[in-house]
Amino acid sequence: MPPETSPIPAITVEQLTCGYGRDIVLENVNFSVARGEIFFVIGGSGCGKSTLLRHMVGLHPPFGGVVKFFGEAFTQADVTTRRGMLKDFGMLFQGGALWTSLTLRQNVALPLEEYTRLSRREIDEIAAMKLGQVGLGGFEDYFPAEISGGMKKRAGLARALALDPEIVFFDEPSAGLDPVTSRKLDELILQIRETFGTTIVVVSHELASIFQIADRVIMLDRAAKGIIAEGRPRELAVNSRDPRVTEFLVRGDVVKPG
Amino acid sequence: MPVSSEIPRAQATAQVHGNSLDVTLAGTWQVTHPRPLFRDLLGEAKPSVVSVRMEAVERWDTSLLLFLFEVEQWCRGAGATFDSAALPPKVQLLLGQLTRAHAASLPQDRSANFFAIVGVATQQTGVQVREIFHFLGECVLSTVRLVSSPRKFRWRDCLAEMQQCGAMALPIVSLIAFLIGVTLAYTAAIVLRQFGGDIFIADLIGLAMVREVGAVMTAVVLAGRTGAAFAATLANMKMNEEIDALETLGIPAVQFLVLPRLLALGIMMPLLTIYANALGILGGLVVAWGLLSISPTAYWVEMLTIVDLSDVLSGVIKAGAFGLIVGLAGCLRGLQADRSAMGVGRAATSAVVTAILLMVVADAIFAVLFNVLGI
Repeated sequence: MPPETSPIPAITVEQLTCGYGRDIVLENVNFSVARGEIFFVIGGSGCGKSTLLRHMVGLHPPFGGVVKFFGEAFTQADVTTRRGMLKDFGMLFQGGALWTSLTLRQNVALPLEEYTRLSRREIDEIAAMKLGQVGLGGFEDYFPAEISGGMKKRAGLARALALDPEIVFFDEPSAGLDPVTSRKLDELILQIRETFGTTIVVVSHELASIFQIADRVIMLDRAAKGIIAEGRPRELAVNSRDPRVTEFLVRGDVVKPG
Repeated sequence: MPVSSEIPRAQATAQVHGNSLDVTLAGTWQVTHPRPLFRDLLGEAKPSVVSVRMEAVERWDTSLLLFLFEVEQWCRGAGATFDSAALPPKVQLLLGQLTRAHAASLPQDRSANFFAIVGVATQQTGVQVREIFHFLGECVLSTVRLVSSPRKFRWRDCLAEMQQCGAMALPIVSLIAFLIGVTLAYTAAIVLRQFGGDIFIADLIGLAMVREVGAVMTAVVLAGRTGAAFAATLANMKMNEEIDALETLGIPAVQFLVLPRLLALGIMMPLLTIYANALGILGGLVVAWGLLSISPTAYWVEMLTIVDLSDVLSGVIKAGAFGLIVGLAGCLRGLQADRSAMGVGRAATSAVVTAILLMVVADAIFAVLFNVLGI
């Protein structure tokens, strides 16, 4: 890994074109995320936020362009290099995506079992510690089906943090959560950044979270098939002249019949 | 309705001024009540400008918009000017939305023609075959990786699966194998009795069970029981993004989920088949004893004259192959499934069909192969 002062961004996306089958969802997308930044990808439903995320983490091959982590190409890398890079980032999926046949402890332990040569006892301890960090101490031996949606997300986060990744991706972290739980998750994200200096990429359309914790955002648009705005959320809300941006960030009034 | 008389009805009146038609709207416009039609209002007139204003409209909803939309459409068709300047901005905005919605709601012809369907289906077949080979290749590579680092193999999962698909399947396999033995024996008895060859029932049941029926029936039961369960489990995991979670951690789903299941089936299937063979032979023995009065000892001794170890072995080898086929079909269909509830169901069905189809093909290949090898 490059030193803390390195000017190389944590993530660089160059000319990324991606989609599914024959449908191009995003075209020639360029942006970069600095180390330790909390970076939001925002936009209306169906604009390609999750698509961008899934292509960035390598779940689908892009049609073109390249994604680099710490200056090293990821999308074009061979299997071994990729596998080495994968442990540098964690991902929290929308529903937590916990492995339902494993307990929370086993869920968090699995990445450790795969990538480390630690003893069983050490792995169990780390798993318990990670679960404690997300406020799930005491639930180590519960199965995913036995806990609430918010807890599942936190457990998913503990698993994403298991290998102390440099980058953590969040796919709609507040989806399906009540405002209080959602705010707690935001606080947790801030806390992780403060503690570990982790670079954080969040896909979200939750205005409260965007204004609360985002350092910088890019806004995607379905028709434009790309980025229509980039900057600090508050500045965008005030200064942007693009009606699509202001409408999203300021929320227009809905016209009702008389 | 009594209520309608109390509500002032939607009214539209028209006045002609030279080339222009002034329409005035009044009353309560509710979509649940009848509204005036523009073409009734128009009569024979052919104005070049239609201007609309609202006067003493007490309440309005989409009903008013529909009327205005009709005016607008007429104007567009007749080349007249629709003057809506006197309408409140809110009405104009909603009218715009209705017009856009109308344009967007035009039905599209989504039916493909015959050649397109055939073309897509052909393409899909190619893709599917490629997917199967890709999956097989991945299984082989994962196996090689595991041989070099066996510590990573999920023995715990494998043992759990063995219990699920092996020990837990004993009751159903017992019942089916025993009854198949009984049925075969009854059928054979009809023919053999006519020629006084009662004793040969032991040869027939023994050979049929050991070489063919034991393995095939066990595989069919496991295809329905275990193969479908594999497919449903994996498809569900895919839907919950659990497979994606594995991939983002760099853990191949094949290594983590498929190999333990394959190994479990590959080991349990031959064992279950040996057990099924025994139960089938027992079923035949019961019928022979009860119906044909052949003593168990005579039955056993007669059977041993024709069934030897190579017969048993050929059945067991086939069973191992069938086990792998059932496991592969279940896992492949599960991993290919769509991310929807329907996808899970389809994966389970398709896993059973694929498994049985491939099994019959494999059985035919084995028959030829064993014949050539003289087994």
